[in-house]
Order: sequence, then C-alpha cells, then structure tokens
Amino acid sequence: MTDTPAEPYAPAPGGGYDDVPGGDRRREDRGPAPVTPADVTDAARLVAFGLRTRLLPARDPQYAELIRRHGEDPSFARLVDAVAAGLGLVVLEVSTRAGMAVAAAEDSVFGVRLGDYSRRAAADSTDRFLHGLAHLAVAALAFPRPQDLADDGYVGRISVHGVDAFVRQACRRLQERAEQAGENTDPASESPGLEAAWRVYTRRSATGATKDARRLSGSTTGIVGKAVAFLADSGFLHRTGDEAGGTYRTTARYQLQVRDLASSAAMAELLDLGVVPISDGTPVLLPGDQDEDLADGAVLPYHSLT
Amino acid sequence: MRVTATVSRPAPGPAADEGLARRLRALACTAPLHDLDARKANLAGEYAVYSMAEVALAAIDLVTLSMDFDTGAEHEQVIGRLLPRVAAQAPERPAEEHERVARWVLENLINVGSVDRGFRAVYGTFGPDGAYVRRDYDFKLIEEVPGPDGGVYLRTTDEAVNVLVGALDTDVTSAQIAAEVKLEVLIGRGRLADAQLAAEQARYRTVQYAESLRRALEATRRDVRAVDWLNRVPDLIAEALEHVADRYRHENAILTNIRRVRDEADADDPRKAEHKRRAAELVDIVKDCIRRHTQLQSRLLEAGPLFRAEQDRQAFAAPPGRAGTDLYGQLLAPLLPMPVADATRVTDAFFARGAGLRNPAAVRVADLVELLLSPPLERDHLGAELPEPELVATPDDSRFTSRQMDTALRLLDLPADAPRRLSGLLTEARTLDPELPYLVTLLAVHAASPPVGVAYRQGERRLLFARDDGTPLDDPEFGGADLIVGTALLDVTGMAAERAS
Repeated sequence: MTDTPAEPYAPAPGGGYDDVPGGDRRREDRGPAPVTPADVTDAARLVAFGLRTRLLPARDPQYAELIRRHGEDPSFARLVDAVAAGLGLVVLEVSTRAGMAVAAAEDSVFGVRLGDYSRRAAADSTDRFLHGLAHLAVAALAFPRPQDLADDGYVGRISVHGVDAFVRQACRRLQERAEQAGENTDPASESPGLEAAWRVYTRRSATGATKDARRLSGSTTGIVGKAVAFLADSGFLHRTGDEAGGTYRTTARYQLQVRDLASSAAMAELLDLGVVPISDGTPVLLPGDQDEDLADGAVLPYHSLT
Repeated sequence: MRVTATVSRPAPGPAADEGLARRLRALACTAPLHDLDARKANLAGEYAVYSMAEVALAAIDLVTLSMDFDTGAEHEQVIGRLLPRVAAQAPERPAEEHERVARWVLENLINVGSVDRGFRAVYGTFGPDGAYVRRDYDFKLIEEVPGPDGGVYLRTTDEAVNVLVGALDTDVTSAQIAAEVKLEVLIGRGRLADAQLAAEQARYRTVQYAESLRRALEATRRDVRAVDWLNRVPDLIAEALEHVADRYRHENAILTNIRRVRDEADADDPRKAEHKRRAAELVDIVKDCIRRHTQLQSRLLEAGPLFRAEQDRQAFAAPPGRAGTDLYGQLLAPLLPMPVADATRVTDAFFARGAGLRNPAAVRVADLVELLLSPPLERDHLGAELPEPELVATPDDSRFTSRQMDTALRLLDLPADAPRRLSGLLTEARTLDPELPYLVTLLAVHAASPPVGVAYRQGERRLLFARDDGTPLDDPEFGGADLIVGTALLDVTGMAAERAS
C-alpha cells in the first residue's frame, strides 16, 4: 500500500484486486460505486486498527493511508461506519491525530464491565462508588475548564497524587461548609446509602504501608492509580513520569471519549436524579462559592466575565 | 431505632443535643487509646506491664512534632523513638518485645486492619422532629499520606491533635497569643514545669499554622480559583508574617530569660538542679520553635510569587473555543454532596461510557489446551536475563607491528657508555626492515625530549635521550639533525630518597 503514496486512490492492500483502477472509477462515476470485497477488507481493517487503542496513524503507514482514504472517499467512510456499527462500536472521530477513535456502544462485547475492572468494586457498593469517582475525577482534573474539553489541541496533565488531593480538597470544602452551617453530617447508622458522597472519600485513607511496598489497593491513591493505569492501557493517557505517584498526559481519544460520551451520559443520569447543573460556559469550580469568597462586586483578575 | 419523645419528658432541643454530640465525638476520639489497654490482654504473651495508652499518646506526640511542610513522620523513625519509653516500662524484657509493642501500638493507631484505616463510633441524637437517630462518627488519629518521594508518611489528624493537647477547638491566633502571655508570666515566676507545657502547646499551634498554609499553597498549585487569593489567603499570609515577627521577638526574649535561669541555677541544690534541667529542656523547645518559624516565614515569602506564577500558567492559557462541559462544576461538584447511593448512579454512568474499550479475548480450543497444560511462569527473582554483549573486533590500524616495535627497542637499547648517531641506527635498521627506520626516527625524536618527570616518579633505572650537536643528517629518506642517541643511567636510590623527603 505504501508503494504508491502519491496516488490518492491507491488500490486496496493485499486484496488481489489491484487491476481495478479504483481511484479513477470513483472519480469519474458519481453514482453509487460498487463495493468490492477488497473495500470491505480495508474498512474492517481500519476498524481493527481502531481497536488497537494505543496505536497511532503516525506510527503505521498502512493505518495512516486508510485514515486518509476515509477522509477523501465518502463511500469508503460509510462502509467503515457500517462495519463499526455492526460490531457494536461508535465512531467518535477519524483523524490523523486521534486515529480511528471508536468507543463501545451500549451492551457491546467491547464494553468494560465493572466486575471485570475490579472484583471488589462489583461486590462492595462503597468501592464501586470510589472507583467510578476516580474516573470522573481524573477527567475533571485533566480538563479543568470547559474550554479545555472543547479545545482539540489541549493536552491535560495529571498525577495520581494530584487527583487524590484535588478530590480531597473539594471534599474538605464541603466539610467546612457543613460545619459552618452547623449541620451534623454523620450518617444514620442503618442507612449507609444516605451518607454524603464526599464523606465516603474523606473517610478512606489516602495511602497505606503494605508488606510488599506496593500501593495499598483499597486506599484512594490506590484506586486512582488503578484508574489511570487502566486509562493508559486504553490509550487514553500516556505515562510521562514516576513522580507524584505517576504523571500522565491525555490523548486526543480521551478528550473525545469524555466530551462526546462519558460526560453526557453522567449528566443525563444527574438530570434524572433531579439535579440540574447549569453552565454558561464559564469555568465554575464551586458554583455557590463565588459569593462567599469574593467581596461585593469584586472581580478577580483571572475570573472570566460572560 | 427510633424513640418518640413522651409527653411527660419534653424532647431535648437540637441545640442542647449539638453540644452533647460534640462531647460524645470528643470522647470517641479517646476510645482507641483506652481500647489499647483493654485489648493488650488478647496479645499472645504477658503485656500487662506496658501502659499502651501512654505509648500511644507518645506516638501521636512524635508524629505531630515531625510534621512539617512537605512530609510527615516515617514509620521506622517513630518506632525508633518510641522504643526508649517502651523499654523503660519493662526494662527486663527483650528488645524484640519492646519493638513488637511499639509496632502494635502504632498499627492500632492507624487501624491497619480496617479498609478505611480509621475508627467509627456510634452515637445518638434527637433530630428536629424529636426522633432519635443513631449516627456513625468516622475519624482517624494517625493517617498515612503519600510523600513526594513515593514513600508513605504519617500525619496526625486534627482529631488526634485535639485528643493530645485537649480542647484546642479555638482560633489559632488567639490561642497562640494566650500561650505566649502565659509562658512569659510563668517564666517570670520561675514556674518552669508549667512553662514547658505552654511552650509545647505553642509549638503544636505553630505546626497547625504551617499546615493550613501548606494546604492553601497546594490547592493553589492545582487551581488558583479554588483558593480565595483576594481576601482569605493574603489575610492569612499577613497575619502569619506578623505572627512570625512577633513570636520571634518573644521567643528570643524567652530564650534569654530561660538561659539565665539555666545558668544561674545552683546544680548542687537538688531542687534547683531539677530547675536547671527543665530550663535546659525548655531552651531546646524554644530553639525548635524558632527553627519552625524561620521555615514558615520562608514559605510565606514564596507564597506570593507562587500565586502569580500559577495564575499566569492557569489563567492565561489557550483562548476559549466552543463551550464544553464543565466537568468539575457540572458533574463532580454537584455529585459530592449527594447521598452516595445516588452519586454511584452518576459515577457508574461515567465509568460505563468513559473507561474505553476492551478487546474480548477469543480463545480457540487448541490454544486453551496448550494454555492449561503449560506450567505456570515462575517469577524470576533475579530479573530479566542480561543479553550477551556482541563484541566486534576493532580493526588493527596501527602503523607498526609489535614485532617491529620490539626490534626498534632492541636496536635502541644502547649501552650507557656508547651513544650512537641516528644515521648509524637508521642504516642498521634499514637492513632489518624497510619500515623500521621510520619507527626508529620517531622514537629518537621523542627521546629528544625525554620523559624525565615520569622516570623520576616511577623510579626508572635508565632513560633514552637524544641530543642535537649541530651535525646535519645525511639520509635518503630523512632530513634534519643527526641526533646523538644514548642511554642515561639514573640514580635510583638518590631519587627515592628525594621523593621520600
């Protein structure tokens, strides 16, 4: 396939249909082009590339060529989408930077079940929440402002300890606020499900010494560490260093997944619960806090006004 | 369990209950310490002689004092410092047992066995509607935090500090001032035992001050907007700076006072000797306080520049594109105050769509058989096998062979009393090997500047030298001076004596 890179409609690789001048045919014939088995092979191959989540088009000339063909040949693009849909995959984006970014559709065989992710999380409701929260917190710290999530060029940087400290800080503020309001946040003994979510996180220890010098898996840094390692394995994060429990940067795929799927799914669930978070696009780290922290009419220089 | 208030006994109001709840929680914090003494009977062995609560309080003390800006106390360090006290309680017992007791106490303070590594106490309150509700109070005494180097450090919690010093639930600054005034009065009256207590309390306060600043700076590094840099933090910094200046003055005054007590006290009088010892201890404590203040002050001075740098980094980043979801403001922040059962629905939804995809493993029966029959991979204790280095022989690019070198050296091995002309040597060399004259010339030219220093240091017996007496060289291949080449004998014993001196 790479032998004719200058030819935009290079025939399919390994398809055995090299005698068909496919490019010329598509260019001249505006009607529905007949789909050859070679085209389907290529479309499926592109989807297969997309399933290799850590592979980037820049690393593989054949991958890059198929990506280019997807962009230039609408009928091929439709074919790729059809193959992906048939497999139970949602195409998020096909581009040189993100590659063939596909996500598992609901009930797809490619989806990750919590039981496979962590046995403890499946068995224990508290752990289930903490593992889910870790994933949400990683995304929130990786894309702290709305525009970071929207900006395709943005690369977020996080560390395991940073994520843990970030959530703890948010929890501490809630605790302080509850104390100021004179609320008794201790939950009733018989109904653990009614305990405030932040208390569950605060209660869990941040780290712990283990006999074999590994991270205590039940601690919050252990849970966050598992989340980032899993995301790195999914091609969503890229490990950049070992300091602060491991530092990572985000990939284009992660941004797409969070922006197009995860955040809206979580938001829908939140709306279902009757919580309506409103945003006008300005970064609001703690919605109620602006009045508390700022003097009347004062505008911090770094607070955007819209 | 719900008990409805009867008509004969009016339901206690929430206000009265709140104070009770606070005291119940305070009481609960001491429970783990009592528990230690109650449970020591369960340990295999005779441990009644140890006072576990005392060891536990000492441990909390040690951890609190080791807390500074970046880290906390290390496990081993705390154990090591606890040992003298444990040993003093039962000097006749073996050292291993002392260490075991110290570890047992520290592990129980962390509560290693529980998944939260914390404690829970249950207490009851009356709600606004008069209903009796049992509540869980979760707390920790010593918590483990990640250090910058990846290690695990210990820090005492606010609860533990309250248990330790007692009733510290007051404003930091006012408590500090009160402690200072008290200290000065006490020293003035010579009541050093109380003075020491006050000084120690002042030191705990200092640690708390540093801790709140550390938290603010850490939060700023993550997000400047999470911290109020318009009022709260500048106030804190101004207050803390003023406080440092103030404390520094006080402590220097105290230091002068106690030093006088220490130096003037008569060591022969047993009562005065005790006085003297306490004063000496107090000097150490106050010195430590001053050290901590200096540290706090340098952090305070760094705070402003840190904020400006972080603001530059965080606020003037890329211009906003299209509006995206505010993950924190719209998802995380509303979620945290919710009941955990509801919050789990949201996090589940996020996880289900946000964790990415996994390729399901498709196993063929043929592979399965092989997989099941293959022996388990033994973990290699020695690490990966080192690859055998591939050695490539470097090409021999020397101008002369070693045989030629030997021949040339033999030729130049002249008797000390018979130096020769270079021309003669060249003629003789040419008869042996056409290449040899070049090597002989080279060696002769080198000998014109003989390595005297090396020969002197190494104690050589002979040294090849060459001298130009003005005779031109008459040779078909070489030009220049016809050098006189000879061997000089060196005075080995003389050189050795000189080197020794």
